[in-house]
Amino acid sequence: MEDSLTPRLELNGITKRFPGVLANDHVSFSVRPGEIHALLGENGAGKSTLVKMIYGIMQPDAGEIRWNGQRITVANPKAARKLGIGMVFQHFSLFEAMTVLENIALGMDASIAARDLEAKILAVMGQYGLKLEPHRIVSTLSVGERQRIEIVRALLLNPNLLIMDEPTSVLTPQEVEQLFVVLRQLASEGCSILYISHKLHEIKALCDSATILRGGKLVDTCDPSVETSRSMAEKMIGGNLKEIQRKPGRVFGAEKLVARGLSVPKDGPFGTALRDIGFSVRAGEIFGIAGVAGNGQNALMMALSGEVPVQDHGAITVSGAEIGRLSAKARRLVGMASVPEERNGHAAVPDFSLADNAILTGRDRMGMVRGGMINAQAARTYAGEVIEVFAVKATGPGAFAESLSGGNLQKFIMGREILQKPDVLVVSQPTWGVDAGAAAAIHQALVDLAAQGSAIVVISQDLDELLSLCDTLAVINEGRLSPAMAVADARIEEIGLLMGGIHGSEPVGENTHAH
Amino acid sequence: MSAEFIILAIITIVGLTTPILLAGIGELVVEKAGVLNLGVEGMMLMGAISGFAVTVMTFNPWVGILGAAAGGAAASMLFAVFVLQLNSNQVATGLALTIFGPGLSSLLGVGFTGRIVMPFGSLFPASLAKDPIWQLFFGYSPIVYFALIMVPLTAWFLKSTRAGLILRAVGENDLSAHSIGYSVRKVRYGAIAFGGAMAGIGGAYFSMVITPMWAEEMTAGRGWIALALVVFAGWRMGRLLIGAYFFGILMALELYAKAAGFSFLPSQFWAAMPYVMTVVALTFISARGTAGSNAPACLGKPFLPST
Repeated sequence: MEDSLTPRLELNGITKRFPGVLANDHVSFSVRPGEIHALLGENGAGKSTLVKMIYGIMQPDAGEIRWNGQRITVANPKAARKLGIGMVFQHFSLFEAMTVLENIALGMDASIAARDLEAKILAVMGQYGLKLEPHRIVSTLSVGERQRIEIVRALLLNPNLLIMDEPTSVLTPQEVEQLFVVLRQLASEGCSILYISHKLHEIKALCDSATILRGGKLVDTCDPSVETSRSMAEKMIGGNLKEIQRKPGRVFGAEKLVARGLSVPKDGPFGTALRDIGFSVRAGEIFGIAGVAGNGQNALMMALSGEVPVQDHGAITVSGAEIGRLSAKARRLVGMASVPEERNGHAAVPDFSLADNAILTGRDRMGMVRGGMINAQAARTYAGEVIEVFAVKATGPGAFAESLSGGNLQKFIMGREILQKPDVLVVSQPTWGVDAGAAAAIHQALVDLAAQGSAIVVISQDLDELLSLCDTLAVINEGRLSPAMAVADARIEEIGLLMGGIHGSEPVGENTHAH
Repeated sequence: MSAEFIILAIITIVGLTTPILLAGIGELVVEKAGVLNLGVEGMMLMGAISGFAVTVMTFNPWVGILGAAAGGAAASMLFAVFVLQLNSNQVATGLALTIFGPGLSSLLGVGFTGRIVMPFGSLFPASLAKDPIWQLFFGYSPIVYFALIMVPLTAWFLKSTRAGLILRAVGENDLSAHSIGYSVRKVRYGAIAFGGAMAGIGGAYFSMVITPMWAEEMTAGRGWIALALVVFAGWRMGRLLIGAYFFGILMALELYAKAAGFSFLPSQFWAAMPYVMTVVALTFISARGTAGSNAPACLGKPFLPST
């Protein structure tokens, strides 16, 4: 064992510049052996860049990295693994068409016979209670199982430092608890953990210390147990956190969007079939659909938006009118708008201007096309209005969609639909990869739209988002939708069990907590 | 139908199959690494002239075959530099190679038109190939046996070796492979060079075995069949072998239909058969929804790491 006073990892004045951005500006902090250290910040704060330098994927422009007191350069990920640095990526670095075993073998630097590797994997899985079938193809696994592959892959190298990049963003509450058990066990064995997240209650529950980054600069290193979630959030965004403002005593109006017996066959070998989905959303109501990724959210979004019309015309109705077989364009004409999950290339065309992107969905409702001719001025005016109302950071309606940051483009896309005042709005992952400030603005805009009498459906994997935003909630699992429940009465462990479905894990009881 | 006729037909089919099998094996490896090189036709012609020229100059077909592999690989490296270093569009660059290859090979071949080359000696004692039945097994050019050995060898390489695993990983998810620490570019250079060398040998089969002489554009579009073959095979080596022989039989039909004077269908119909069957097979496979599942996920996409 090394001297526990020497930090395992020490960063001094790490600086990294990209064209036009200073991603890390003289960042310094240290991690002790056995410490779980949080790295906290909004999207774009520079967390990922920083850990990529620790793991050797990028090189810092200035500053030094010390490992057990020794100054080092981490030339590449191989060198990092040799030092004992393991990393679990936010976007898993897995190979979908390969088996679990092959995926793990790819993460090993030495060639190991498949049989020996399998034995080693089983040993590690037993030691930490991680369950995996080595010969399954990755594309058939759940997100939680995929993450376990990454963790096993990292653990096989007996790491002294494990970097976890936003590990819980796609897990059910139970999976999060299981992960925490593994991480605590690792830390108790002396492994340091660098835990990147923006989920503050998790950091309070798990971490010994936290370093907060904002705009590439280190803001503070603090003890999460003495901070409140709010105080850390405010350090993170550098301002006061806005709560969602709701008018008290709201009443819902008539049913606007109703799905009844909505079934869609499986699309492709890795798709999920929708089975007998039923729900109704009233005027003024925000209806949330929770669930772990890959349980039919995509198919449901496609069916609701009209991108893939449904055979049964009456399975979806808007204000009583059957729309199942209508296209997305026809649905827009009856007052139903939608925002898909993927910003670039689905909700917006990256190399179109914002004005042109506004035409794509607003052409009929906002009078941008007359007799087949585009009214460019109307499009520019409307795009300008969206930019102004939603405080989109862009050079103007002529700016290319791809030139906007994720959060700003998402604000523009949401604004483009919301200002058309749809009767029904269906959105998927409205704040995916969006910073807290923009997310708060988007949430507020949705609440305001509902207050004007629109019915809103929000499909999201972020349970925290749904709990704070929605009035009513249902859970989708393997293409089936649970009965709706009022968010005010919902218990988080019950939602977690529904998310895990019949294959779900054991309830964790007292460890589970509402945030 | 006499036994002699059947034996002769089989030998014809083997001869027609070998070039597309060789080029197909190469292209399958290239595509498994995530690169779509449409320039197979160009690389085959470069291999055909290189192999022929080297054989003329050295009087040794074995050295000539190495020359063919080198010629095909050199042509593929031109593609590789554009695609891997400059991130050019793979389809456009591959098409450019298809146009460039015939041109350059014709230019290089100016002095070689009308020459003939030393044939390969038989691999087996001549007495073995005397009997027509034995001829079926022992009567071919060494390149035929090479192609047949390369099928299981390449399949084993892809499936069971670490290098093969890394190659597939690069084709499946280049960014992940990069973030784990593999050099995507190096792997792809290697795969493209292999593909070029195999296409080159496939092309040399025309100039050194079938004719054996040099003529411009003598591969006559077989590079395209090799490309279709890879998709037809669903990126599986076993199916590639079956598919290659399936196409070989179709191409043989054209020859025999012409020879037999079938007049109820124009000969162009038979000539078009392999291409028509390609379309039919691809439609059938994609309708079953299984074609995509084995395709390398990064096929044809440029590798653009964030660093």
